[in-house]
Amino acid sequence: MVKSSKRLTLKQKERRKFLGSIALAVGVTGISLLGMVPVIGKWVERLRPPGALLEKEFLAACIKCGQCVQVCPVEAIKLADLTDGLGIGVPYIDSRAQACDFSCDGLQCVLACPTGALIHEISFPSQVDMGIAKVVQPAQCLAVLGQGFKGQARGPDFPGLLRYADIDRWNPIKVADHPYDLELCDLCVRQCPIEISIIECALEDQREPTGKVARVAQRQENECPPKHAIELRDINGAMTPVILEGCVGCGVCEMICPIEPAVIVMDASDSRANSRGMRT
Amino acid sequence: MVESLRVLLGGTPRRISKKDMPEEVRELHQHKFADKERIEAIHIELREKAANKQPEKWRRKRWLVLAAVNLLFLVSYYLDIQLLEGALTASRFAGFHMADLNSALQVMLAFKHVVINLLIGTVTIFILWWLLGGRTFCSWVCPYHLVAEWAEMLHLKLVKKGWARDYQFDRRSRTWLWLVFVILAIVTGYTIYETISPTGILSRALIYGPGVALIWVALLLLFEIFFSRRAWCRYACPIGLTYGFVGITSPFTVHYELPNCFHEGECRKVCLVPHVLDTVLKGRAREIEVDIGADCTRCLRCVDACPTGALTVKFKGLGDLL
Repeated sequence: MVKSSKRLTLKQKERRKFLGSIALAVGVTGISLLGMVPVIGKWVERLRPPGALLEKEFLAACIKCGQCVQVCPVEAIKLADLTDGLGIGVPYIDSRAQACDFSCDGLQCVLACPTGALIHEISFPSQVDMGIAKVVQPAQCLAVLGQGFKGQARGPDFPGLLRYADIDRWNPIKVADHPYDLELCDLCVRQCPIEISIIECALEDQREPTGKVARVAQRQENECPPKHAIELRDINGAMTPVILEGCVGCGVCEMICPIEPAVIVMDASDSRANSRGMRT
Repeated sequence: MVESLRVLLGGTPRRISKKDMPEEVRELHQHKFADKERIEAIHIELREKAANKQPEKWRRKRWLVLAAVNLLFLVSYYLDIQLLEGALTASRFAGFHMADLNSALQVMLAFKHVVINLLIGTVTIFILWWLLGGRTFCSWVCPYHLVAEWAEMLHLKLVKKGWARDYQFDRRSRTWLWLVFVILAIVTGYTIYETISPTGILSRALIYGPGVALIWVALLLLFEIFFSRRAWCRYACPIGLTYGFVGITSPFTVHYELPNCFHEGECRKVCLVPHVLDTVLKGRAREIEVDIGADCTRCLRCVDACPTGALTVKFKGLGDLL
């Protein structure tokens, strides 16, 4: 080994070093470009945090710091691994495991984002457009089957959190600690943050029908969702969950659905009508 | 300064002929070795030092700072004290935005839109690391630097036993890679470099938990252990070059004094970027006093290694202020 390298002239050595260096640079570049494969191949379609831009812009703008992860009170946001290629270190939400239930109210992740990958103009859950819920197996749905639900929605071992305003307005608790007893299962509608917000707004209006001006100062313009997100509709005698225009794709209905696999799942693709960023 | 930039970009340090040196310098170069007694004393001291190894003073401090900064991210997150949120790519210190310069550059070029928070974070970090020396980030904060330093220790042991070798690359490869990642960010619209950035991967792994990406870091370390000493930091990392640019005019440098130097070469043995210490070679120094160039990471191992105190830490301008 040593002998052969001694025999090389200085020029040959230089040439070898130069070629080696090119191989190094090309190798590093090549490996980094492999990161494009999962992205171009759309191997993973992730539900992104509230306010996320269209996937391409989102991947470009995200600086992969995880500040959104740190502020989320229900720890819904995770960072992707190298298997996501360019999406490494980019936040996503596995809504079946832990959905974003907007229990921070003020969209903390959006405020935390230093680069605008989560659009800063957004202030209220109803302006969010993470995705849209899809009823994928209506035949399994308890409501469609006319059945009720009793017990813990996802079993005793499910670690997921939800905010139950009637129990604690400020601190989310385990879904497992909040058993239900329903004559007809309507968990997806009952726990929908948009639907809850609509009910709260209506109650507030009822409570103080005369004090509207005073309340306007407290309650900002877009705080109350303008449109419903989900309802149980009587279709040919079966109460069927129907996703409406107000759905923001938060994934709570998917998380709370007691059927395995879930009757409702999130569509997080860019191809939806309202696509990512902020609703207008 | 031009020479400092040239060497940073991968150029070989230029020699100047004796004629072009100031007379004092020429004189020093010529008569340095008259003091045989002093040189003998230095050699005895070096042998003693080698016999009973003392921990390096600066290295210990540096590791402490590096560990403290990185652990502060973790502690802040776990105790939820919001002191230092985020990761090394971008963070908030007590609410103030900070953004890693290379990550910010990649995002700006790929996204082609800069929100004010990112700008604030970038300027803050720019000023901070300009003051502190630019590549000081590498040796005092970058978590990959620390693990690579450990790998380097192993590498040197293996080289001694003949089980590993140090294949040296052309340092210009780092400049090329820096350019490639800049161009790729603009053209593809993705932050391509972030996928393989061991700094980002390690920082996130420490804060948010380990993942598959650590395999890439392990491969890099194996490459360094068996084939090429400190290869990533020396020949590839664009973060290092970005901070190198910042440090060109930094007031914080390692300072070389020719009269104290007896060319033992201890400093170059420990240096991550020995080309910046070209000036310590016999007959190379152009001035009596020289500030070490921008590619220096200010790890200060040379300061600890120098038996004659020819290399010192210097904060330019502070002397005038005090």
